[in-house]
Amino acid sequence: MKYLPLVLANLGRHKRRTILTIASVALALFLFASLRTVVTTLDAGSRFGGARRLVALNATGLVFPLPLAYANRIKAMPGVHSVSWANWFGGRYGDGKRFFANFAVDPVSYLAMYPEIVIPPDQKQAFLQDRTGALIGKRLLSEFGWKLGQNVTLQGTIFPGDWTFTVRAIYTPTDPAIGDDVLIFHHEYFDERIGRAGIAGWYIVEIDDPSHSPAIAKEIDDAFRNSSSPTKTGTEREFQASFATMWGNVSLLMGTIGLAVVFAILLVTANAMMMSARERTGEVAVLKTIGFSDRLLFGLVMLEAGVLALTGAFLGLGGAKLLYKATNFNAAGFLPGFNVTAATLVLGAAVAVVLMLASGLVPALRAARLPIVQALRHVE
Amino acid sequence: MALVEIRDVYKSFQRDTQKIDVFTDLSLDIASGSFTALMGPSGSGKSTLLNLIAGLDKPTRGTVRVGGADVGAMSAGQLAAWRARNIGFVFQSFNLLPVLTAYQNVELPLLLTNLSKKDRAERVRLALDVVGLSDRADHYPRQLSGGQEQRTAIARAIVADPTLMLLDEPTGQLDAKSSQEVLTLLQRLNNEFNKTIVIVTHDAHAADRAKSVLHLEKGDLIEKAAVA
Amino acid sequence: MKIPILYNVRSMLQRPYSTALTALGIALVVAVFIGMLALANGFRVALARTGSNGNVLVLRKGADSELSSGVGRDVASMIAASPHVATGPDGRPLVSPEVYVLVPMGKVFDTTKMANVVVRGVSDQAWIVRSNVRVVDGQRPASGRAEICLGERLVARFPHTGIGQTMHFAGRDWTVTCHFTAAGSAFESEVWGENEQFMPVFRGDVFQSITFRLKDPAAFEDARRSLQDDKRMTVDAHRESEFYAQQSQLLGRILAILAWTITSIMAVGAVFGAVNTMYAAIAARQPEIAVLMTIGFKPGSVLTSFLAESGLIAAIGGIIGCLLALPINGLVTSTTNWASFSEIAFSFRVTPLLLLNGFLFAVVMGLIGGFFPAWRAARLRVVQALR
Repeated sequence: MKYLPLVLANLGRHKRRTILTIASVALALFLFASLRTVVTTLDAGSRFGGARRLVALNATGLVFPLPLAYANRIKAMPGVHSVSWANWFGGRYGDGKRFFANFAVDPVSYLAMYPEIVIPPDQKQAFLQDRTGALIGKRLLSEFGWKLGQNVTLQGTIFPGDWTFTVRAIYTPTDPAIGDDVLIFHHEYFDERIGRAGIAGWYIVEIDDPSHSPAIAKEIDDAFRNSSSPTKTGTEREFQASFATMWGNVSLLMGTIGLAVVFAILLVTANAMMMSARERTGEVAVLKTIGFSDRLLFGLVMLEAGVLALTGAFLGLGGAKLLYKATNFNAAGFLPGFNVTAATLVLGAAVAVVLMLASGLVPALRAARLPIVQALRHVE
Repeated sequence: MALVEIRDVYKSFQRDTQKIDVFTDLSLDIASGSFTALMGPSGSGKSTLLNLIAGLDKPTRGTVRVGGADVGAMSAGQLAAWRARNIGFVFQSFNLLPVLTAYQNVELPLLLTNLSKKDRAERVRLALDVVGLSDRADHYPRQLSGGQEQRTAIARAIVADPTLMLLDEPTGQLDAKSSQEVLTLLQRLNNEFNKTIVIVTHDAHAADRAKSVLHLEKGDLIEKAAVA
Repeated sequence: MKIPILYNVRSMLQRPYSTALTALGIALVVAVFIGMLALANGFRVALARTGSNGNVLVLRKGADSELSSGVGRDVASMIAASPHVATGPDGRPLVSPEVYVLVPMGKVFDTTKMANVVVRGVSDQAWIVRSNVRVVDGQRPASGRAEICLGERLVARFPHTGIGQTMHFAGRDWTVTCHFTAAGSAFESEVWGENEQFMPVFRGDVFQSITFRLKDPAAFEDARRSLQDDKRMTVDAHRESEFYAQQSQLLGRILAILAWTITSIMAVGAVFGAVNTMYAAIAARQPEIAVLMTIGFKPGSVLTSFLAESGLIAAIGGIIGCLLALPINGLVTSTTNWASFSEIAFSFRVTPLLLLNGFLFAVVMGLIGGFFPAWRAARLRVVQALR
């Protein structure tokens, strides 16, 4: 690109202005990537779910348990491979400022169903053998400074009292939507302490063939329809998606802010481009006299806007990607797997191109349409 | 055939509500290989004439032909390409790009050609050599004297090897010594390299160096005998 | 000696595009700032208005929300007999033992989108205990019947919410007999019915919370101590207003942090824009500045003058930003309050204070952006500039 030195020289004319403008673009694209990643992370969470896993809840609502006795009846249904169950515990650790999910599961069947939860074999064995053992995500380990074999006490909010568990195993999720800050313990121990109430918060049902999921879900619901605790069964993905909708219109909010951010920076960039172009009216006329065509001058101004926008975008998007990766950011557990996706980077680059076109268009047109004679008279 | 043929040119400007006639009926030939000085008081239309020849401006009526091409009939895009090949233009106030070095300034017209980087470098060196500024290639305009700046501008005008050089008051902002250097250079370009040169000037010393002098008075031409 | 501000106004008009672009950039930052804080504000206010200062909310010890609590009938009777409880005109204690559950309901525009709606079973005294609750349409549910009253915010957002219509949950049909308002509080997103009707269909013979009116609002501490020290029950007593305000803290804080982070980053960008504009303005006016100083204006006056100019551009941006943000006032949105897991509808609240803050934020951006360029202008050497 033989014109690049000319464009770069022009950008170097007001170094401070160029740097500040690139910095504004970088900040804007950083924000853009961050806001967009909030949306994609929630989205990924709502799309999480094994194709073969169904979730059965009490039809009356999330807070109502189901009888433990349902397990055997569901397991006996055709097409069902295995059944596991879990119960939300909602325990609080310390002052409770750092919230994290904790629940009781039937460990053998649960871990068999979730290959996404990866545990070293010896630790897994230790966890399965200790009735009061706990399996924790690796983030909790680093955040609270816990160690393997350490006793950890949670205060029950739904199930009163102090509950002490021994950290027996640490897992790493292969799917970021699972979250690496969950504490899991034995349902057996839970049931014993609450006086053998025989309850499960929800059932996870693994089926043989994903294409049969609607039929099996219906079969389960039909089986318990006239009992005191009717069920509502759906795929795990539907279950997760219902959580995501609870946030309300996050994507609209983030989208609106993102738009405002990009637009605000567009104004800054456009202003810088216009100031630069206005100062160079005479030079444009000189270039035209030399024989630079209108089209070429249009392109050169556009290229200049492009260098500003794309350099800023590169810094902003790259900065966002690296920063969130380096700090292992997850918004205090609210956004597990927070990671700037490739699609977001591409979209950010597209925003930069739009920024270039929009901020360069007016000055570029002005340069292209500049009447030489008047402009030269201005210079002489 | 003359290099520049101006036939029955009528040119007027609209200034506010007033219409100003610059030329009412101008015809003029400039021969190939000539060195012509255009003289005349302010407002006599010297610069307008130069702009018409360079295709920067168009006549209201009449034709301007340069090397057989009808300048007035070309589109803006054609004109730009034509100027790049055929015209070397030099301004009174040099008009070098302050952000580029002398070398880069001279290289500008060559960017419009298909020459390779290596060929361009060769041509730029040659042009700078002709104007005697080989050792100033990497200087920025602000690091050059006025005379050096103007010589750089001349190098920029000749680098693409145009048929016609047009200079608008090239010595207007220079001291006597620099003026002489520039004018000597122009003579050399005319004699040695056979460039056709048209120079607009107020300066009688400058006009003395030309082979012929044209006087413009209120848009009318008063030709003086060619000075040998 | 002051340089008249008219000089700055004229200069700004000399470069209308640059001034307008800079002001608009600042306006957008201010609009986002106000908009996001109005959201946080609206959410906080909805919950803050829910509780009354004169009421006490009793939960099982250790429970951090009504959802996770459970209190027996015996405790309800004991509290009703407490000397701290105010009595109504009919001489009965102003106590409402309540059933509190979340029921998933499909929204009206998209019934696949479920929201967890609070269903609250109250005593007939609740309508007096909760002084902010007013029935605006229809008749309160009659005792012993499957009837419900709906908070006004539910009405447009969920199907079958008209008076006389029937809603189906917990395996039964419920007739809507009235709508109520509650001063924009979270109660307006709740379904109310009689506690004795809800008990058997939901969580059995247990209440989740007991709310009573204090005989003497100043005696909360006494009441709290006497209840928590009572060996016959294991409960926590909260001042109702504090409890609900507490429930807004988690999300309210997240929203406020988000607002500040996003707008700070945006503000830096906008300040850069202002810096560019002012430097360009000053570069173009160097000879003018030199003339002003030759006339005898002091560098301090030049500094003030350019700071004022930058501040003025920003102030215009601030006003535009306020105007842009104003229309969102009152806009209803909803989210799940993660502290209670229930969905709450609330309005964006743009308050005069918030507008003032937005405006001041703009001016500060302008002054910061203008400082270095103005400093440069003030230090300009006359000879240099005139050359």
